[in-house]
Amino acid sequence: MLRLDCPVCGLRDHDEFTYLEDGSITYPKLTNENQDDWFDAVYLRENPRGRHVEKWHHTFGCRTVLLVERDTLTHVIGKIKPAHPKIAAALKQPATAKKRS
Amino acid sequence: MTGSRFASGGLIDRKKPITFQYDGMRVQGFAGDTIASALMASGHQIVGRSFKYHRPRGINSAGPEESGALFTVGDNANRTPNVKGTIAEIHDGLIVRSQNAFPNVRYDVGAVNGLIAPFLTAGFYYKTFVGPFSGTRFWMMFEYFIRKAAGLGVASRDADPATYDIAHHHCDILVVGAGPSGLWTAVQLAEAGQSVMLVEQDFACGGQLLSRNNARDAAFIAEMQSRLTRAGGRIMVRTTAFGLYDGLVTGLVERVTDHLSAPHESLPREIFHIVRPQQIVLASGALERGLAFGNNDRPGVMLAHAVARYAGRFGVSAGQSCIMATSHDGTYDDALQLAEAGMQICVLDARPCHTDAQEAAKRVGLDILFETVPVQVAGGRGVAGLEVGMCDSDGVVHSDNRMIGADVVGMSGGYSPVVNLLSHRGVKPVWDADIQAFRTGPTTEAIQVVGSADGFYDNEACLASADVAVSHILRPRRRDAETDIFRGWQTPAMPLFEINIQGRSLKSFIDPQHDVTTADIRQAHSEGFVSVEHMKRYTTLGMATDQGRMGNILGLATMAEARNMPIAESGITTFRPPFTPVSIGVLAGRSSGADWWPTRRTPMHDTHLSAGAAMMDAGYWKRAWYYPQNGETMDDAYIREAAIVRQTVGMVDVSTLGKIAIQGPDATEFLNQIYINAFAKLPVGKARYGIMLRDDGHVMDDGTTWRLSDDEYFMTTTTAQAGPVMLFLEELLQTRMTNLEVHVSSVSDYWAGIAVAGPLARQVLTGALPALDWSNDAFPFMGVQSAELNLGGAVIPFRAARISFSGERAWEIYVPADFGNVVWAHLAEHVALAGGSPYGMEALGTLRIEKGHVTGAELDGRVTLEDAGFARMASKTKPYIGSVLRKRPGLMDEARPSLVGIFPKDRSKQFGTGAILCEPGAVSGFGKGWITAVTHSPAFGHWIGLGFVSGGYDAWHDKTVMIADPVRGVTIEGEIVSPHMFDPEGGRQNG
Repeated sequence: MLRLDCPVCGLRDHDEFTYLEDGSITYPKLTNENQDDWFDAVYLRENPRGRHVEKWHHTFGCRTVLLVERDTLTHVIGKIKPAHPKIAAALKQPATAKKRS
Repeated sequence: MTGSRFASGGLIDRKKPITFQYDGMRVQGFAGDTIASALMASGHQIVGRSFKYHRPRGINSAGPEESGALFTVGDNANRTPNVKGTIAEIHDGLIVRSQNAFPNVRYDVGAVNGLIAPFLTAGFYYKTFVGPFSGTRFWMMFEYFIRKAAGLGVASRDADPATYDIAHHHCDILVVGAGPSGLWTAVQLAEAGQSVMLVEQDFACGGQLLSRNNARDAAFIAEMQSRLTRAGGRIMVRTTAFGLYDGLVTGLVERVTDHLSAPHESLPREIFHIVRPQQIVLASGALERGLAFGNNDRPGVMLAHAVARYAGRFGVSAGQSCIMATSHDGTYDDALQLAEAGMQICVLDARPCHTDAQEAAKRVGLDILFETVPVQVAGGRGVAGLEVGMCDSDGVVHSDNRMIGADVVGMSGGYSPVVNLLSHRGVKPVWDADIQAFRTGPTTEAIQVVGSADGFYDNEACLASADVAVSHILRPRRRDAETDIFRGWQTPAMPLFEINIQGRSLKSFIDPQHDVTTADIRQAHSEGFVSVEHMKRYTTLGMATDQGRMGNILGLATMAEARNMPIAESGITTFRPPFTPVSIGVLAGRSSGADWWPTRRTPMHDTHLSAGAAMMDAGYWKRAWYYPQNGETMDDAYIREAAIVRQTVGMVDVSTLGKIAIQGPDATEFLNQIYINAFAKLPVGKARYGIMLRDDGHVMDDGTTWRLSDDEYFMTTTTAQAGPVMLFLEELLQTRMTNLEVHVSSVSDYWAGIAVAGPLARQVLTGALPALDWSNDAFPFMGVQSAELNLGGAVIPFRAARISFSGERAWEIYVPADFGNVVWAHLAEHVALAGGSPYGMEALGTLRIEKGHVTGAELDGRVTLEDAGFARMASKTKPYIGSVLRKRPGLMDEARPSLVGIFPKDRSKQFGTGAILCEPGAVSGFGKGWITAVTHSPAFGHWIGLGFVSGGYDAWHDKTVMIADPVRGVTIEGEIVSPHMFDPEGGRQNG
């Protein structure tokens, strides 16, 4: 069982989380009408051997969407941070960075 | 061999006799006995039959590596097959049966398979796939006979009546194995303040020490246990660590009641413990391995240490006269112990006499034959004697052979560390030539391996290795120079696996359960299956219930020799969880039967039950299906309910709809981006029907969204998509729309929802909820209002929107969930006064099918806006999720199946969901479309349906369609109509 150290909730089993998708994907802006750009973002995925950034949702916890670094070869979990830059920044503030585990 | 009980000794309680049943016979043992030890003490020799040839099998070990003594335990639904008799404890009333034999193991007609053994060699099964017989018919014939002949115990077909449980643990250190190394490690760590869990698969701690049964070892075990408990450690016996997973998460199974004759009813049979330790210490020990020589599968041939263990631990003598064939020093302790206990012992040592242990044994007068190996066992149903020969350093017999009398043969080719658990973590075992065994490879995880699990065989070396691990754990920064403790024995084992003798072919078994011999391995080699993973599958070596513990190394060594390469190069197969078989029930824990998945009840659940509703499952939800009156059938009830809604008024529980509060200054912009239709201009106090797509342009969900204030909306979703939609909205806001200031919260469980529908709905609501003006002017279609209901002093807030799924004049009323029951009852009174009634899911379905309103049956994830007839709703002036990819050429193809209504040509005919739609004369294949929903419509007085057909209404409205239902064997003619079958102008809902 993978264990993910949620920056909000602490170290938890992976079954509290929902895997969403490849976290390295940048979606086109909604105003971008180019079908190829959207096709790339929706369908095309790298399948890297080694470090991989993934999007996970802490469904049975704080419901934060997290960017999780995982090694596809060893399952070693690396850095975990909230996908939303403002949430990530807020958690870095000393006053709010207190971790409950 | 005829086993018997020594007059004294053993860790059994002779004051507590236990009687159990074995194949209908009464067998007596004592508390502390396993099934195997009790059977051996009672003189039972043949206790099983092999998988393929039905050769007689005896007890061949004293632990989880057992491949002979497998039994079916228990009766009827409680029957468990393939129980290892060497682990299972006996208790009064236990019912044990031998297996894989007819009529019994002592006389088995299946043994004729032995006569056709030459045809049943390696890969036989696979060869039946190809020539000389071609076609599946022959293969099926072979399959039938193989299945009949080969097999082990038979599982019960009844539901498992036992209960199971799952427990979760956190600790600093998990120690696997309570032999001397595990005990010593656990005690030191616990006394240093670590929280320690020590698990042992046996019912007693001590590991190898239990075999000797001397006072010093017993005192050590007792002291370690009491010190560990005092230091706060937890000892769990009868608990197997069966798998090691990511993040050091470890799966344990504790056997709670199988050893009890009358377990308390509150106890689960087994508990699945999920442990999340900070560090793991593997003290899982080592398993002795045998030698390959002729007829080494005969009952009476055992692992050498097992003979000693039965004597020391259980006070059981395996026979009168025992030959111990070995290639290392470790067997001498066993031989001396047995000689002291009074057995007649002769040691065959493949090595010349040159070690201290050999000299010491000689000095005390032990009968030893050096440079001598076993060649072939004489006797069919047991050991009648052993042919032995002098051998060279490769184990090749080079001089005249002779017979030695014996009724037990103990064999030992060395000890293999139990590397399985680290193998589960992907750590490949590495061959250590010094100890002639695979050891665990290096790992970067916080896992230490100690004792014989790491190839330390001497007791002192084991404890020293434990000290090193303890120091690594407690002082991780101070990396002591690798302490140089010698592994194995002072004199390394001789690499001896198989005894070869020129000009003779011996039946030398390496997997006695699956009848795999060294000849099978050589055949696999000659037929090209040389990789150890191929060899394993081709010969089935290691695929029996002992998972290769008995003979894996012998097979690997045989293959390495055939390939003329060292074992280190030919490699080892991968061990995967579980370490020993795990019952499916314990993995499910309490999640079985009604608790298989969560049950969700609406706030009005009990009210529906007391109204006599038949309930149905909709995902996790229990929903009112229909409300039968006076013994109505389902069809009678739903047709009546649907008709009442069209004639007077009905009410239905819609609490299961997903409800999401969308709040914040950018809420409107957010909705505008996720819905295909415009929300920018939706005024406060109005609702709008919205459709959202996935990024790939297919329809994700539909529902109404109500504008409560400038920056607050109340979104409803379908029941099935409530969770996914909520998650998608959160994902968008936290990843792709981070510039929007919007908060979404699921409020599905906070509101009970009731739809009131029908021509008299206005009259009912005016009477029941007088706080609002329900007139058409004050409350027009798609209007939203909030107010309060004063019910006997209780002030209940509610929200109402005039929306209609039924096509009638209708409102959805939402009240806080806790008031659901009282408001339902209050409305039900008014509905009844107006001549109406509640209606269930079936009638809801009828009403929506008549209107052509879609649900999950139509919006199945493959449907586009065009398919569902929503294309005109899509905004042409704004982008939204899915707006680009929905326009891909394939999705815009006019020939795609699109939503239609379906009537039977002969109005008296019935048709069913799932039928395919075809052109006349072309009822084949996938057809041109399919039916998603049918109902008997009271409005039309006949069966109607919804479905998708290629080209839609335009292509079919003047043609006949065949409604083909090959499953039910019915094909009828139908006509395609507009999906908006009833009141297409919407006069009833808008008025």
